[in-house]
Amino acid sequence: MREYWNPWIERMPVCELEKIQEKKLSDLVNYVYRHSGFYRKRFDEAGVNPGEIKTLADLKKLPFTYKSDLRDTYPTGMFCVPNEQLVRFHVSSGTTGKPTVVGYTQNDIDVWTTSLARAMTSIGVGRGDIVQVGYGYGLFTGGLGAHYGAEEVGATVLPVSSGNTERQIELMQDLGSTVIACTPSYFLFMNEVANNLGISIKDNTQMRVGIFGAEPWTEEMRKRIEESTGIKAYDIYGTSELSGPLFTECMYQDGIHVWADQFLIEIIDPVTGEQLPDGERGELVITTLAKEALPLIRYRIGDITVINRDECRCGRTHPRIMRVLGRVDDMLIIRGINVFPGQIEAVLMKMPEVGGHFMIVVDRVNELDVMKVQIEMTDEAFSDKVNDIMALEAKVASAMKHVLNLAVKVELVEKGSLPRSMGKAKRVIDNRKL
Amino acid sequence: MEDKIIKQISLFAENKPGRLANIASNFRKSGINIRAFTIAEAGDFGIIRMVVDRPDDAHELLHNAGFTVSETNVLGVEMEDVPGGLGKIADVLGERSINIDYAYAFVTKTEKALLILRVNDIEGAILVLQGAGIRLVDMADVQQI
Ligand SMILES: [Zn+2]
Repeated sequence: MREYWNPWIERMPVCELEKIQEKKLSDLVNYVYRHSGFYRKRFDEAGVNPGEIKTLADLKKLPFTYKSDLRDTYPTGMFCVPNEQLVRFHVSSGTTGKPTVVGYTQNDIDVWTTSLARAMTSIGVGRGDIVQVGYGYGLFTGGLGAHYGAEEVGATVLPVSSGNTERQIELMQDLGSTVIACTPSYFLFMNEVANNLGISIKDNTQMRVGIFGAEPWTEEMRKRIEESTGIKAYDIYGTSELSGPLFTECMYQDGIHVWADQFLIEIIDPVTGEQLPDGERGELVITTLAKEALPLIRYRIGDITVINRDECRCGRTHPRIMRVLGRVDDMLIIRGINVFPGQIEAVLMKMPEVGGHFMIVVDRVNELDVMKVQIEMTDEAFSDKVNDIMALEAKVASAMKHVLNLAVKVELVEKGSLPRSMGKAKRVIDNRKL
Repeated sequence: MEDKIIKQISLFAENKPGRLANIASNFRKSGINIRAFTIAEAGDFGIIRMVVDRPDDAHELLHNAGFTVSETNVLGVEMEDVPGGLGKIADVLGERSINIDYAYAFVTKTEKALLILRVNDIEGAILVLQGAGIRLVDMADVQQI
């Protein structure tokens, strides 16, 4: 098994990586200024002369790019190449307004694939593995991204796509899949279905590695997955605007390596836009250093995380982003307090007597925000005494109040009654008319 | 003593219409008969408690149908055999510090009033009640009524 996909670049001293970044950044700024009317206008408005961007310290002079810019220039207004140079489009569904379109040159696809090949190698996935891709194929980047990456490292791909859970389990058993790539909540659902069929993923399959992403998840959820199914669960990160899924944790499960020769990352204060020092929690901002069709300059990706630039035990010198702690736009503001669905999940995972399926329902009653968390009853937690159930609700509510600093109404609901997701888990129903 | 214990089926249900009809039709298909039935409501949820003629089958059926369900040990008393009714029973148990978690009464097909009790010490309760001359109903009786 290979230890590194590209040992030279993955172990390059940080100062050399930074030289590559500075060269690529200055080239990029000139490239987008010349090839994209959008960026030329944006730079001119911000008074930025591309010739002045020479070092990494100059990065903060550049204006941000937002998801809304992609929507406003729909479909291809930000592209830097004519359509005939594109080999593919992906389109991400817009929950509000227009979708966003991403175009790829052949080189963009190659860079994307290389990024995932490095990542998969770092978690020991390669020749001899059977990678079951349970992300959706099609306009969504998850399926094809994982597919190309797995082929690149010499693994065998089983392109099941998402859904059809019983079939997934049958193929996993019959073909001996060793790696699963899907959303973590879908894998938990798969495990539940397997158990109902009398199949233990731990004992009756060859499954050993999970590559989980496309939704935020927690350390506690990782523990639950690893304990119940016997696999090692790794976080994967990326969004369609950046190409698709791009980076994973390495074997040490201590942060996601972002390939510095291809992407430049910063953490900013989401409110003021100021850069924050390494180690502080804030909004991740990414600049693509190697994309041709749709380069992004200081892109406000909307995820909340922390950067760690210490050299990793795996020997890789590339910076790590720690587990994504939530989305800037998933953040609920309830009575002025910031609440992330991930915090609720973390509380529940520490209470094994209740299940992990939950839904946050927010209402406004008499001008006051009211947050309710619905949690599915489990066989273990059930008592036929009303007082016991009310006591359990009160116990969960008090644990949540402790973490969120906010009164929460907890409601136990019938098991199986909350929607299960094939893709991103829907965790919030906000009924407030703001 | 064991044979005086009645297995009650308890299940968790949100207070949503259609749940009861769903359970009843599940039972009807399998020929399980409900002898006693009550719902304890608490705000958003309820606990349905039932005495049926085949508790193990009923438990399996409801579990497979996706319900959160448990079998709970309870006691049954024919009220006409107890002068003074529930008060008398509570007194007898209270003297020995046995608490009643809940109780509910219903009328059988044969028009007898039957009281179902869950207590915190079922074996103690059997001894105390039988000592006070109160006859307890057993599973065989449940199948008859
Ligand atoms: Zn590492």
